[in-house]
Amino acid sequence: MNSAGPLLSVRGLNAWYGESHALHGVDLDIHQGETVTLLGRNGVGKTTTLRAIMGLIRKRTGQVSFAGKDLIRLPLHHTARAGIGYVPEERGIFSTLTVDENLMLPPVVAKDGMGVDEIFELFPNLKERRNSPGTKLSGGEQQMLAIARILRTGASTILLDEPTEGLAPVIVQRIGELLAELKRRGMTILLVEQNFRFASRIADRFYLMEHGKVLSEFPVGDLDNRMGELHDVLGV
Amino acid sequence: MIFGIPIQAFAGQLLVGLINGSFYAMLSLGLAIIFGLLRVINFAHGAQYMLGAFIGYLILAKLGIGYWPALILAPLAVALFGVVVERLALSRLYDVDPLYGLLFTFGLALVIEGVFRYVYGVSGNPYPVPPALAGGVNLGFMFLPIYRGWVVVASLVVCLGTWLLVEKTKFGSYLRAATENPKLVQAFGVNVPVLLTLTYGLGAGLAGLAGILAAPVYQVSPLMGSNLIIIVFAVVVVGGMGSILGAIVTGYMLGLAEGLTKVFYPEASSIVIFVIMAIVLLIRPAGLFGKDA
Repeated sequence: MNSAGPLLSVRGLNAWYGESHALHGVDLDIHQGETVTLLGRNGVGKTTTLRAIMGLIRKRTGQVSFAGKDLIRLPLHHTARAGIGYVPEERGIFSTLTVDENLMLPPVVAKDGMGVDEIFELFPNLKERRNSPGTKLSGGEQQMLAIARILRTGASTILLDEPTEGLAPVIVQRIGELLAELKRRGMTILLVEQNFRFASRIADRFYLMEHGKVLSEFPVGDLDNRMGELHDVLGV
Repeated sequence: MIFGIPIQAFAGQLLVGLINGSFYAMLSLGLAIIFGLLRVINFAHGAQYMLGAFIGYLILAKLGIGYWPALILAPLAVALFGVVVERLALSRLYDVDPLYGLLFTFGLALVIEGVFRYVYGVSGNPYPVPPALAGGVNLGFMFLPIYRGWVVVASLVVCLGTWLLVEKTKFGSYLRAATENPKLVQAFGVNVPVLLTLTYGLGAGLAGLAGILAAPVYQVSPLMGSNLIIIVFAVVVVGGMGSILGAIVTGYMLGLAEGLTKVFYPEASSIVIFVIMAIVLLIRPAGLFGKDA
């Protein structure tokens, strides 16, 4: 299935926050339908990698190509239009918009996105609260909404930044089931996750990051052999 | 008689207050929308209001185009002017300190007003009340000039329409979301730079519309905007920077407060708005309708 080459390919990605050099040549590949997780301690550049791929960080060099298209020179709004959806760490639910308006906000980028009815079937809580302000939802519901609004756009790939952060175990489990379902449907997923027990249940491959670089890359089957290295690097 | 004041005088001043309030509301509304999304304090707003009135005056004098077409054409022309200004200049200033946007629009206002003053002088030019709205009706307790009644109704419709546009439409949801987090909205695929341009055009167009509505009430003069804009900034501060509902309600309220002061203590009428502003700033620095008070 990977013979066509990677869907998302990142080569030598450097990024800066002002004068601070945050990424030092990140390389990674994600094939269509794959779920890939970035692991690493706080501050090693996982979130920065997602933001630099999206183009939210404008000071970046290197190569980001998606479905054969070079994204690095394109304006920010072209990344989503190419088919990449973004779920930020802080979830980015708008407080002056209702749940419904939050859901409908991102423009549809491809025609095979989920319909609103299907989304409400998957997330019944959101349907009940569709007219309340977005930020009146619980943390878990806000996370669901942040994911749901990307599913509606028909994006083929989703970048998820710590979707389980600060959530109760029962909600974490619910999000795990949701991501497994998205994976079953053929969605390509790039996940940043501290909770690597959670990540190991859905990821196909891992990239371990340190100091703004990729330290190593391994498939989920190698996880047991790598525990020593992970303990050292992650401090878990 | 009300509090020893003849009811005619009382109602008359209330009407004047309501008319002024209508213009305060329409102008502070545009300022609030522009500030909310662009973080630009648009000092050119008064000049754009003056442009609306002048375009109406000029197309009547030179081309014989009357009030009703001018009601569409003048705001459109001012909106277009706003779009050009945003594309050519303001859009280059978003990445630097907001002070630059303020200084740029302040300079722009001085240039526009200076050019009009040079060409047309400072004495006002009358703009005739359109025949369909001429005359007045006797309400029993007061005489109501029809045009003034029309201004109040029109401004209410404009304010309500703009509020609906912002609160109830797709465009409005983009606008509100981008006011909170423009980068994220753009990361979702919305062309935010174009949204900023359209929003500045919308704000300028609203100022132009207020200008053409004002033309038959006040004299059309190059300085009509700079006389008004200081008060309108006070309205925006009292209402809360960036709050759309706050701008509308505060506009009418302060217009009425000014009218009432003219009845009871005329000497204070030109400062009452600033006294209210000072008190509000002391008690609620974010304004009556602002967040993070």
